[in-house]
Amino acid sequence: MSTPAMPEKVAAVTPVKSGAFGFRHYLICLKGVVVREGLRFLHQRERFISSLVRPLVWLFIFAAGFRQVLGVSIIPPYKTYVLYEVYITPGLCGMILLFSGMQSSLSMVYDREMGNMRILLVSPFPRWYLLVSKMLAGVSVSIAQVYAFLIVAWFWGVKAPPLGYLCVLPALFLSGMMLCALGMLLSSMIKQLENFAGIMNFVIFPGYFASPALYPLWRIQEASPLLYKLCLANPFTYAVELIRFAFYGQIDWVSLGVVAGCTLLFLGGAIIAYDPSRGLITRKQGTGGNG
Amino acid sequence: MQHARTAKTGNGAAALDVAGVSHSYGPKRALNDVSFSIAPATFTALLGLNGAGKTTLFSLISHLYDTRQGSIRIFGHDVSRASGEALRRVGIVFQARTLDLDLSVYQNLSYHASLHGIGRHEARQRIAALIETVDMQGRQHDKARSLSGGQMRRIEIVRALLHRPSLLLLDEATVGLDIQSRAGILAAIRKLVETEGIGVLWATHLIDEVEDGDQVVVLRQGDLVAKGKVADVVKASGAASIRDAFSKLSRGEAAAQAEISP
Repeated sequence: MSTPAMPEKVAAVTPVKSGAFGFRHYLICLKGVVVREGLRFLHQRERFISSLVRPLVWLFIFAAGFRQVLGVSIIPPYKTYVLYEVYITPGLCGMILLFSGMQSSLSMVYDREMGNMRILLVSPFPRWYLLVSKMLAGVSVSIAQVYAFLIVAWFWGVKAPPLGYLCVLPALFLSGMMLCALGMLLSSMIKQLENFAGIMNFVIFPGYFASPALYPLWRIQEASPLLYKLCLANPFTYAVELIRFAFYGQIDWVSLGVVAGCTLLFLGGAIIAYDPSRGLITRKQGTGGNG
Repeated sequence: MQHARTAKTGNGAAALDVAGVSHSYGPKRALNDVSFSIAPATFTALLGLNGAGKTTLFSLISHLYDTRQGSIRIFGHDVSRASGEALRRVGIVFQARTLDLDLSVYQNLSYHASLHGIGRHEARQRIAALIETVDMQGRQHDKARSLSGGQMRRIEIVRALLHRPSLLLLDEATVGLDIQSRAGILAAIRKLVETEGIGVLWATHLIDEVEDGDQVVVLRQGDLVAKGKVADVVKASGAASIRDAFSKLSRGEAAAQAEISP
């Protein structure tokens, strides 16, 4: 049964090309993906509330409780002693990006299980563009959450220099891209939603605690040289420092380099993983079909 | 169900040409050297029991998986090499429900339109026109979650037609629906073939969905065991009816081949 019915005829035919997609079409696609992500976020109220409550609990309760225990000396970018609440705010911004990035990858696994992901993947736009659009959508939602948190923190008395709220935007964007790309890469490796809990335990918690989000690196170095080395190997460390310096209108070049490099690395990995010809996805039997 | 315009059929190319396609999941062979073509403006039923390889074939045609052995062309465009060109001509209804339940019908459709580069104004017009043809005008702003199984399918078909495809792939589109919904959807799809010139590949294991004038392709455990017009397949398999032929072919008791022709 191997003889094709019309191969000769097909071979002789020159395919008719449609008009190529222009810049406008790419923008329409990007907008559609971002709007969908935003709508999903708004429709899932519990997700919105928990994304705001989580860092606020850390700020209102944890930071207040530990203010006297964990003193912060004068370290760059700070030019004077700062309250512990001020110190951990960049880390909490990073935490929002970290959870949101992982949440967005969780939604990709969910979409894949439910079949929604197929609608994205069968779009005629290049696969890399679709994934970057999905990432930009995730980052946009993450940044909105960070600013919502910063507004509440401002009323709580935790204030950065006014210009810092603008300067931090590129740092949030780049850090968000890195964490979304990491989430996307992880989502390609997870076949079932149930397996995601493991990733949460192995990525989110170690990533967050082995970083200067809650305590300065010099304190970690004093307490445990091994943990200090782990912190230095943790990309989230650099995301937090990039955000911290950006709040004061400064650029931590090492952090910028590491975050940019890791973004490219994770994004490249995710694009390869979702590429039908090379990726991990193609080696697994998809869900939703019997045939 | 009315399509916005008559489908483009390309330059005389087959709507779909599958040539020598094999696919494995690790050591498990899902498709084995499958070849067939379907002409534009024809209805072809892809028959096979569960596990025959229908969904795998759909995943390859829609480029969810890459075709590593053999080739798949849609109106002459190789799915692996020119996936964008190929996918622009295809509308797909997957077996699993793929509507986002948290979004409204309109938001689901609008999202799909943007994934095909269709702007908001044009998308709104097309959605309004197509949704009217499936008698769901009043449901545009309802959440997808509130729709019945049959209504969801109708919306998925509307979605598959939004970008004016020339080839429509439907994977077990009537599974889980009542008899009336099944008949309605099947009739609407057949009408699209006649009036709009769309080629249809209809995967099913329900033999009563096949009509005498249809082309059929029968898969059994990844092997193509029959292809051609219903009458030819029935004759070649030595059966009395297409139901008997499918039964024999599915048990591996016969093989039948007839040239697929429009």
